[in-house]
Amino acid sequence: MPNKLEELLHQGPIAINIGVVDFAGTLQTQGVQVVHVIWAPPAGGDPELVELLDQLL
Amino acid sequence: MVTGYVIRKNEYYDSVFLMRVAKRLSQQKGILQAAALMGTEKNKVLLEEIDVRGPEVSEATPGDLMVAVKAENQEALTSVLEDIDRWLTIDLGSGSRHDIRTLDEAVAMQRHSNLAVISVPGAYAAREARKALEHGLNVFLFSDNVPVESEISLKKYARERGLIVMGPDCGTAIIGGIGIGFANVVRRGPIGVIGASGTGIQEFTSLVHRAGSGISHAIGIGSRDLSDAVGGISFLTALGALDSDSQTEVITILSKPPGKLALSNLLPRILKCHKPMVVCFLGLGQESLPVDIRRGTARTLDDAAVMAVQRVTGHPPAREDADSSNFRKLAEREQVNKNPEQRYLRGIFAGGTFCFQAQQILQDAGIVVHSNAPLHGNLKLADPMRSEEHTLVDMGTDDFTVGKPHPMIDSRMRFDRILAESQDPDVAILLLDFVLGFNASPDPAGELVPAIQEAKGAAKKRGGSLSIVASICGTEGDPQNFPQQVKVLEEAGVAVFPSSAHAAQFCALLSANLSEVTRAK
Repeated sequence: MPNKLEELLHQGPIAINIGVVDFAGTLQTQGVQVVHVIWAPPAGGDPELVELLDQLL
Repeated sequence: MVTGYVIRKNEYYDSVFLMRVAKRLSQQKGILQAAALMGTEKNKVLLEEIDVRGPEVSEATPGDLMVAVKAENQEALTSVLEDIDRWLTIDLGSGSRHDIRTLDEAVAMQRHSNLAVISVPGAYAAREARKALEHGLNVFLFSDNVPVESEISLKKYARERGLIVMGPDCGTAIIGGIGIGFANVVRRGPIGVIGASGTGIQEFTSLVHRAGSGISHAIGIGSRDLSDAVGGISFLTALGALDSDSQTEVITILSKPPGKLALSNLLPRILKCHKPMVVCFLGLGQESLPVDIRRGTARTLDDAAVMAVQRVTGHPPAREDADSSNFRKLAEREQVNKNPEQRYLRGIFAGGTFCFQAQQILQDAGIVVHSNAPLHGNLKLADPMRSEEHTLVDMGTDDFTVGKPHPMIDSRMRFDRILAESQDPDVAILLLDFVLGFNASPDPAGELVPAIQEAKGAAKKRGGSLSIVASICGTEGDPQNFPQQVKVLEEAGVAVFPSSAHAAQFCALLSANLSEVTRAK
């Protein structure tokens, strides 16, 4: 099994950012390839509904 | 005075962005107070506290944006609330103009990704982290309030797949010279770090940089990884990777005291490491460690940096601290003009590890303090908002940050606390930390200077003098301009030290001298 952490250390980060948009900006400033996900709470932020949806999918 | 609000259904923004929006709104003419929050139950309570109520507020969900404003008059209120969109424009930069809404879409777009940086609210964080691991991504999990059971399950799942979960509650990492989260701009070099605390990593890596060496990688593992419950799952993954990494010559471990069981399970692996180690378990006596490892242990982050640099260069770095005679001279300068009742030290910290380390240093000097986050042997503050005798307060804890910006991002709460402390005639010394680097406040020193000046002025009016002691964590490469931050503080009469440990050691000396003077009087 490849050690993916060792690969990360060797290659440097190629990132997907989910949440605080500033973190994506900081990575971009340092020349990192980054895709920012415009995230929103699933199911309107109802945790019980989220759990239900996860079970269904 | 008038209040008003706008609710935007199904419009989500991250908390850091909203803090900035609220700050900009509150700076507009005629605006007394502004809040920009998602519609969680806790946030609705915060709005109630500033007298903002209404049926739309009650019905808001965590996916709805709430902007509330308190203004001097209707005109000011209307001018802000009617044009709310212009405050909500996000600049995603040139690389991310795509409208990506899910992790699946992001992975499809950038298939060679190797890291997910996740900072969504804690209730949803484990879900996103799990999806990232399923896609074969390492995870940097900034979010806190993730249940420990979820943390264990995520970390076990990651381990089975050769991946790591850095976090939850992971503030800082540096991978191959790239800072993630709250990180300082440091030189690449031969020293690898595994750290359970963000500000601990920031201080250590900055000190190594300023000592002329550099960092291969700094891997955050989160504040609970070394607890008995989690057992160091990410720690072991990180240790194995750094032990194999060709760029890393020395490995440093930074943490508060690990769980006893976790430590006894991890020690054999630490001792098997092929590379020289430096171990800094803040708050843990050497007697708790086996003899084999004691020679590699550091009591403070400063000592850890010195030892690590010495391990790679063969000689100790030139230390930035003033020699002991300067230290004493500075203490003599700060002792003058104190009123007899001025006996107490108040530390107002943005960095939790700095608060912890300062308590250890003061405790070593025989000074017991109160704190909202007390080290073993210290006293728990009855009310985090109110200091007693010697007090060190960590203002980055949930006591202060629910619905409010972390003090590393915005200094408003520390500003108010400095002014509150300055009203207490028994206070002799204020101890502050300033944290630079990516994502921290653009001008932490400048934000607090007016409060510092006012506090000093208040003591002077009472015929005394207030000593203000500070440390700055950062490097000359950081966006905030390190030398300028030092200059601004020194011009305001602050005694600035090159590290948090030195600042605390100076406060210990000053406190001891003041007690002697008081006794003599």
